[in-house]
Amino acid sequence: MSAQQIEYNIGYLDEQTKRMIRRTLLKAVAIPGFQVPFASREVPLPRGWGTGGVQLTAAIIGSDDVLKVIDQGADDTTNAVSIRAFFNLVAGVPTTTRTEDATIIQTRHRIPETPLGEGQIMVYQVPIPEPLRFLEPRETETRRMHALNEYGLMYVKLYEDIAKYGHIAKTYDYPVLVNDRYLMAPSPTPSFDNPKLHQSQALHIFGAGREKRIYAIPPHTDVESLGFEDYPFEPQSFDQPCAICGSTGVYLDQIITDNAGGAMYACSDSDHCERTAARADNEEAAS
Amino acid sequence: MSDERPLLEVRNVSHRYGDRFGCRGVDFDLWPGEVLAVVGESGSGKSTLLGTLSQRLDTSEGSIRYRLHDGDVANLAELSESAVRRLWRSEWGFVHQNAADGLRMQVSAGGNVGEPLMANGWRHYGRIRAEATDWLERVEIPRDRVDDTPAAFSGGMRQRLQIARNLVVSPRLVFMDEPTSGLDVSVQARLLDLIRSLVSDLELAVIIVTHDLAVARLISHRTLVMKDGRVVESGLTDRVLDDPQAPYTQLLVSSILQG
Repeated sequence: MSAQQIEYNIGYLDEQTKRMIRRTLLKAVAIPGFQVPFASREVPLPRGWGTGGVQLTAAIIGSDDVLKVIDQGADDTTNAVSIRAFFNLVAGVPTTTRTEDATIIQTRHRIPETPLGEGQIMVYQVPIPEPLRFLEPRETETRRMHALNEYGLMYVKLYEDIAKYGHIAKTYDYPVLVNDRYLMAPSPTPSFDNPKLHQSQALHIFGAGREKRIYAIPPHTDVESLGFEDYPFEPQSFDQPCAICGSTGVYLDQIITDNAGGAMYACSDSDHCERTAARADNEEAAS
Repeated sequence: MSDERPLLEVRNVSHRYGDRFGCRGVDFDLWPGEVLAVVGESGSGKSTLLGTLSQRLDTSEGSIRYRLHDGDVANLAELSESAVRRLWRSEWGFVHQNAADGLRMQVSAGGNVGEPLMANGWRHYGRIRAEATDWLERVEIPRDRVDDTPAAFSGGMRQRLQIARNLVVSPRLVFMDEPTSGLDVSVQARLLDLIRSLVSDLELAVIIVTHDLAVARLISHRTLVMKDGRVVESGLTDRVLDDPQAPYTQLLVSSILQG
């Protein structure tokens, strides 16, 4: 094969587009949780596969950035590997799987188990940015509800859950109130990760490519997961530790192991799991 | 009662569709606890008037002054959208002819009645549910239907559910647009009975649009008769129906089938 034929602009998108997205981002950061419309572009990836996240990353990435991409929690899935390779090619940036080494972390679902620090940016790929969408199909009406701070309808959904199942059954994309003002969908992140958004040191930016919306949670912002006084928000929890590394208090994936319904539970965050397991091995070897 | 002023003062109110008037030059006062019927044939401007009064349609001419909960009098046309929506949430009710327009058909009965409470800031599930269940009983819906959706309800039950949803926040003024029209006669009678007792228990002011003079006679204190967008006659209901003055009212009254 011959060498690369096409010269890409850094980050693939042209400079005008990146400027447009950065402007949108500034507005999104200025109004935490508010969905700002933007002129979503084509990227070499089908809509619905993370085009919003890819555009955000393309608009903010620079040559001194280090990129980490996770799909679910894993660095080694097809989508994560491909997006990392893509930015390595078009932006020439180094990539990593280590959470604390990354300056930009693009994600599909999870927030890494390793706590995020100042200066890190989480980029989310969002399918449905409107938390009220399945309750109120009209965009004109949901925008008005956001404008007038009318969020009673969201509680109807939670009420229905409790009436039907005895508890709030929503376990992902669990609605949050940002900075005590805007109702926001944290994309399909599990509710397990919701508490990590509250007063986070990192900047969280959300891109919905198909729906053409960008929104953000700046660092040190209040993020409250909705609930009733007598049925407060409860993040998911797991009874057993990870079957591979033994971690507790982490988000686990169910992995089917046979045809008889057997399963094991292991960390969804592959970086966290590998390193915890390696550390345990070292300690064993040392003792 | 310290109600020295009417709840609603309507002066020369018109609503225009393009260059045609849907209703024109309407004047009346509505006092707390009063039930006003608006009657007239189809196309006479009754529903347009109701829409204008409830601020669903804009006021092309005239003024509507409403005495707020705190005693201040507001000119409705000058209120911001958020202030009008607050009125809808907390001080007004609107009962649609077709219950499906006023209910969320895929949400349980309890959720439907609880929604206005949640919109007004109730955040305690147990209390919301208890209040909703009480209201279902008040409108004669069995408690054990609280988790069923209105899609599984009969027409009469849906209409009663819609009324519960509107009254649960103790509004001061309720607009009703032909609330009994789609129902058969015996269900109509029961519903009217229920509306009448709730109205007197809660001291509600009601504006009810109907083409059925019997409904007006049964529950309203005063009646406006509309024709071609104008009020042709108004007065105490019994007076208007027993001694109609305007030729059109005479025609309307005489066209009721006598049993």
